[in-house]
Amino acid sequence: MLSVSNLTVSIGPQARPVDIVSDVSFSIAPGEILGLVGESGCGKSMTSLAVMGLLPHPGPRIRSGRVEIDGADVTGLEPWQRVEAGRARMAMIFQEPMTSLNPVRRIGDQIAEAVRVYERLHAAATRERARELLELVRIPDADLQLSAYPHQLSGGMRQRVMIAMALASRPQLLIADEPTTALDVTVQYQILGLLRELSARLSMATLFITHDMGVVAQLADRVAVMYAGCIVETASASALFRHPAHPYTRALMDCMPVRGIRGQSLRTIPGQAPQPGTILVGCAFAPRCPNAREICRTTAPPRLDVGISHEALCVFPVTGEAAA
Amino acid sequence: MTGTALLEVENLHTSFAVRRSGRTRRVAAVDGVSLSLADGEVLGLVGESGCGKTTVGRSIMHLARPQSGRVMFRGVDLLAARGMRERDLRLNIRMVFQDPYASLNPRRTIGDSVAEAGDINRAFKDSADRRHRVEATLASVGLDPSLAARFPHELSGGQRQRVGIARAILPTPSIIIADEPVSALDVSVQAQVVNLLMELREKLGLSMIFISHDLGVIGHVSDRIAVMYMGRIVESGETEAILARPAHPYTKALLAAVPQPDASLRIAGAMPASEPPSQFAALDGCAYAPRCPLASERCRIETPQLRLWGQTQRLLACHNV
Repeated sequence: MLSVSNLTVSIGPQARPVDIVSDVSFSIAPGEILGLVGESGCGKSMTSLAVMGLLPHPGPRIRSGRVEIDGADVTGLEPWQRVEAGRARMAMIFQEPMTSLNPVRRIGDQIAEAVRVYERLHAAATRERARELLELVRIPDADLQLSAYPHQLSGGMRQRVMIAMALASRPQLLIADEPTTALDVTVQYQILGLLRELSARLSMATLFITHDMGVVAQLADRVAVMYAGCIVETASASALFRHPAHPYTRALMDCMPVRGIRGQSLRTIPGQAPQPGTILVGCAFAPRCPNAREICRTTAPPRLDVGISHEALCVFPVTGEAAA
Repeated sequence: MTGTALLEVENLHTSFAVRRSGRTRRVAAVDGVSLSLADGEVLGLVGESGCGKTTVGRSIMHLARPQSGRVMFRGVDLLAARGMRERDLRLNIRMVFQDPYASLNPRRTIGDSVAEAGDINRAFKDSADRRHRVEATLASVGLDPSLAARFPHELSGGQRQRVGIARAILPTPSIIIADEPVSALDVSVQAQVVNLLMELREKLGLSMIFISHDLGVIGHVSDRIAVMYMGRIVESGETEAILARPAHPYTKALLAAVPQPDASLRIAGAMPASEPPSQFAALDGCAYAPRCPLASERCRIETPQLRLWGQTQRLLACHNV
C-alpha cells in the first residue's frame, strides 16, 4: 500500500545539506500496522511529515527517495496537489488533538468540512456521513456530540474526533504521530484498540509513530526502530521483542523498568545521540554501543538479514533472547 | 505506622474555585486524603490526570492552600506554622517538578538557581562557601560543576532535570516530593534520572513521595503505592502486593492498561469508551462506579471508605471486593 524507498530529508543550504532522515525504506500492507519507534530527535516525525507531504516551508526538504501509495508516486506533492490528482487517500492524526481542532466551531461542522473536501453531498447527507464517522470511532451519542464544541470533550474523545476527520477521506493509509502520548493509560488503551479495529475493518495501512516500546509491542504488526535519522532495525513485533538484534534496540528495552524487579538500578545508555549535522564516519550508535569495535567507527554498517524479514543495520548484531 | 512516621497527612481537603457559565463552583481536587511516610521510605502516588495527585504534593508543600486537614512533619503541623518557623520547617521538604524546561528561570545561571534556597535562608558563609556548595551539589547529581555558569537553554532535558534535583537537595532536606520527575524525558534519560534519585535516596537517607501516572516507574522506585481516583485514595499497600494482586477494580484496570514490551500481549480490538466523569459532576457514592464492572446499587449511594483489607497493610475503598 505504502512504499517508501531510500528517503532522505535534509535541512540547511543546498550545497551543504544536513540529513535528518537518511536512506529510510519501508513498506506497509493494507490492514497492517507498522510501528516507527525512537527517541526524540531521531527523525521519526520528519519521516512521517515527508510521507504526508507536510514538511514545513522553508525548512526540511526531500533530497532523494520515493514515496509511493498504491503504486502512484506522490513524492514531494503538496496535499492539495494530491487531492486534485485523486491520490489523497492518506490522513494523519497528531499528538495534541486540541491544537488541531478549531475551538469555536462545532464538532459536526468540522467533520463535515473534512467530508466536503472529498465528497459532494447535500447538507443532510454530509451531516449523516459525519454522524456515521463519529459512530465508526465509537463515540457514544453521536447525534448529540455533533453539536458539541471541542472544549466540551475529554482528551480521549477529541482524539476520536480527530480520527473521525481523518477517516473522512476513506484513507488507505493513516499516519498516527504519537496520538496517545497526551492521554491517560486507560484512555490510551481504548484508542489503541480502536486503531487496531479500524485498520482491520477498513483494510487501512497504519504508520504508528511513538517513543513507547510498550505501545509498539502491543499494537504493531511490524516495527521499525529509528536512531539518528536511520532505521536501524526492522522486524515483526514478536521477533523484535523476542530477539532484538540491534544493540540500540536492545539497550532501549533494557532501560524500561521491569515489573517485579525493584531496587536494582535501571540499565542506561551511556552518552547522547549525535546532534544532526555531526559528520559521522561509521555507525552512528558506535560511541554508545557496548559491542562496538574498530570497524564500527570507520565503516558504515551493512543492513544484515538476521531472521525472516528481520534486518539490522549492524556489523555485530546481538544474538540470543531478550533479557526481559 | 504511627509513631515512626516522618510525615503524616491527615484528612486533607483541597478545593479550587472555578468559574463556569458565570457561576463560581468549587472543585474538590483532594477530597479527604490521609497518608503517612516513614523515614527512608518511598511512597508512590499514582493516578491519571485530574485525580488530585499533584494537588496532594502541592498541598503538602503549601503551594496549594488546603481547606482542612493536617500535614504533620515530625509531629509538627506544617499547615499551622507561620513566618520564620514555617520557612525553616519547609526546608525539610523540597519538590522536584515535572517540566525541567518550565521550572528553571531562563535568565538565571544554573548556579544561581541551585543556590536560591540557600541564598534566601542565608545558609552560605561567604561567596566561596556558596560556590563550593553549589559545585558539590552539581557534582552529586552527576553534573560537571562548570555548568554552574551556564544558562538553562544550553542544557539537555536530562541535564535540566538533574539541576531540578540539585536545587531540591541543596538545603539537605529529609523529604523530596517528586512530581512526575521523569515524564518529560526520553526512556534512556528517564532511566538515568530514576537511578540518580534512588542513589541520592540511599546516600542522603531521603524519604520520597514519588508522584507519577506511570505504574512502571512507580513500581520500580516505591516501597508502597497509593492509587488515587477523583481526589481520593482508593487503594494503598506494599508495592509487590499491589502489583501482583491489585484488589480495587480501578487499580486492576490501570495495571491492565499499562503497555508492556511484550508482543504476545496484543491489543485485541475496540472496547467501549469509558472515561472519568467531569469533576463538576456531583456524584453520590463511589466515583468509579460508572466505569466499574463490579458496581452495585450500594456503590451509587454510599461512598466506600478506606478500610484494612487482607493481612498485609493494605487499605482499600470498595464495597464489592
